[in-house]
Amino acid sequence: MSSTTEQLTDIEGLSATTLLRFATAGSVDDGKSTLVGRLLHDSKSILTDQLEAVERVSASRGQDAPDLALLTDGLRAEREQGITIDVAYRYFATAQRRFILADTPGHVQYTRNMVTGASTAELTVILVDARNGVVEQTRRHAAIAALLRVPHVVLAVNKMDLVGYEESVFAAIATEFTTYAKELGVPEITAIPISALAGDNVVEPSAHMDWYPGPTFLEHLETVPVSHDLATCHARFPVQVVIRPQTAEHPDYRGYAGQIAAGTFRVGEEVKVLPSGRSSKISGIDLLGKSVDVAWTPQSVTLLLEDDIDISRGDLIVPAHDAPATSQDIEATVCHVADRPLTVGQRVLLKHTTRTVKAIVKEIPSRLTLDDLSQHPEPGQLVANDIGRVKVRTAEPLALDSYADSRRTGSFLLIDPADGTTLAAGMSGEAFAQPDEPGSETKSAPDEEGWDF
Amino acid sequence: MTTVASVSEETDSPYALSHLDALESEAVHIFREVAGEFERPVILFSGGKDSIVMLHLALKAFAPAAVPFSLLHVDTGHNFPEVIEYRDRVVAEHGLRLHVASVQEYIDAGKLRERPDGTRNPLQTVPLTEKIQAEKFDAVFGGGRRDEEKARAKERVFSLRDEFSQWDPRRQRPELWNLYNGRHAAGEHVRVFPLSNWTELDVWQYIAREGIELPEIYFAHEREVFSRSGMWLTAGEWGGPRDTEPVVTRLVRYRTVGDMSCTGAVDSDATTLEAVITEIAASRLTERGATRADDKLSEAAMEDRKREGYF
Repeated sequence: MSSTTEQLTDIEGLSATTLLRFATAGSVDDGKSTLVGRLLHDSKSILTDQLEAVERVSASRGQDAPDLALLTDGLRAEREQGITIDVAYRYFATAQRRFILADTPGHVQYTRNMVTGASTAELTVILVDARNGVVEQTRRHAAIAALLRVPHVVLAVNKMDLVGYEESVFAAIATEFTTYAKELGVPEITAIPISALAGDNVVEPSAHMDWYPGPTFLEHLETVPVSHDLATCHARFPVQVVIRPQTAEHPDYRGYAGQIAAGTFRVGEEVKVLPSGRSSKISGIDLLGKSVDVAWTPQSVTLLLEDDIDISRGDLIVPAHDAPATSQDIEATVCHVADRPLTVGQRVLLKHTTRTVKAIVKEIPSRLTLDDLSQHPEPGQLVANDIGRVKVRTAEPLALDSYADSRRTGSFLLIDPADGTTLAAGMSGEAFAQPDEPGSETKSAPDEEGWDF
Repeated sequence: MTTVASVSEETDSPYALSHLDALESEAVHIFREVAGEFERPVILFSGGKDSIVMLHLALKAFAPAAVPFSLLHVDTGHNFPEVIEYRDRVVAEHGLRLHVASVQEYIDAGKLRERPDGTRNPLQTVPLTEKIQAEKFDAVFGGGRRDEEKARAKERVFSLRDEFSQWDPRRQRPELWNLYNGRHAAGEHVRVFPLSNWTELDVWQYIAREGIELPEIYFAHEREVFSRSGMWLTAGEWGGPRDTEPVVTRLVRYRTVGDMSCTGAVDSDATTLEAVITEIAASRLTERGATRADDKLSEAAMEDRKREGYF
């Protein structure tokens, strides 16, 4: 009982941590399982009964060491075939952060899984074997990270112990990769020399690489910013539901509930509602029971407006001075995720934020090979795991941002109207950012001045 | 503003949310998506901490309006009286509608047979599925978390089930960004897991932060228990203890709340939320490993039950 105060402090400390969603990309033999296993193990996220179960099964298969892949291969088919079929989500925490790791397998449905994992990730880890350097697959990983606009990319140069911990080996790989990724428009790249097996620079700094002055892998995960460019990006609020209690206590309450997809909203701000184009002013913001003056992504809030205008699910509330154009013609890059193909002329449903509309695939101008970024014109169709450009015509105008500007309001799904299958994941606008785009590397720090709360 | 104050100042801008705020916002978004896209959603409510947190989030998501969902309790007949009392009080307090699917009624009617080990958890699937079909529920919220169990780690937030409630892990829809695809045919339904990304510790921290009341069996208390399969089970009408299983009085609490016949208590002196959180942060066992006999049946026990329509 004497330690109550200390415990309370500790609880507050825990609840003050931030959340980082990150994804690992890898394939056979690059040491990804070892890296993930070491992260989980060294952060004490593997508990005794889980480890015992893994040891028991590993031993029964005649393996000497516990096979940490068994921790994440949750399905019987995965264990039987010794492969990972699906994205596995892992959870761990340090004193600084809570982490959600989307561990994407390298064997089956490779592109689909990595695109899925990267879609919500703020950071992607790309592993290379120091003996092999940048290979075709590394370029494919970098292309997906660039395509999905993952803000931070970590190049983990693994198995440094097998190249004598040589700085020159690391430097050559880091330079080659960074050059390639920059060309694709990856905004931030951090290269870290590690040995997942020996533990060098994963959690503890390496005793063998004095020449490396940077953070360990875990230190980087703990300190990379999870929120960025908020002050400068376009504010977007897709309406999910209209809240109208119509009770004696709240006879006239009418609020628009949603999760802020991008940017910030303030009380008193002039706003426009799309697609109708009607204008009003924010009269109040409810942050889950608390009245606030300003709210930002990804908070779930309820906006109250001064005027009683017709707004329903699927509408988009935006600043009056910063409304996106609406259009029925969408050009985008898609990753095809279904087993049946996507063809020219196909009728689909397009789900964008909280709005689902009918659409038709007008053109498939090209298919992209991720290994070398070569274009294959007019493929006629896209099959599972293909990346391609599409032109889609929608039945109603949509307010799509460029995916480069807003991952939430620039993305969409194509859905088969017959049975609801998710066919493709779409990203509006140009596929890759222009290299050396002005401002692509600058942090938003100076812009945050003037926010007074 | 508390959101700003709770940011770790060194690395994050004032806009970074605390992890609890981020998880809460994500869950609220999921509840609102379901309200916007489905006709007859229902929340599975067992009176366990995860379902209590789900209800709390739903109340916040639609305030000051009422929660637009009813509750469904799959009643195994082996309930902790404290939990049933809690359930009924919460339903009355918030003016909610409660549906009950009763395993006992199915056994009495001869539609289900008691298992030799007396465990009723696997028997919940049929009453649950038939209640969903009879009431035409099209979205069913479950409190399942991906950190609980490795088959659950592969579960989607929106999980499509056929008319038999079956789950086919190889035919799951990829889930990208926060775009959830809830399309389903007549007779099918979608299981929705708003707490997918929460861990046990997150749930407890959130309960502490929000001041959410729980059934008292979650806190340390003296209880008559007996040992079976390495767990402390409560003596009761469901069939324990056997003659060879001596009853002892111990200071225990429950980490999970389920069917009395297969939910074990853990030795604990944690009488407050703070003490519970400290205990969990230091625990070296997962909550299912420590307290659930049914998951020890085989390596794929959870996957098999999920495929057949379990939550």
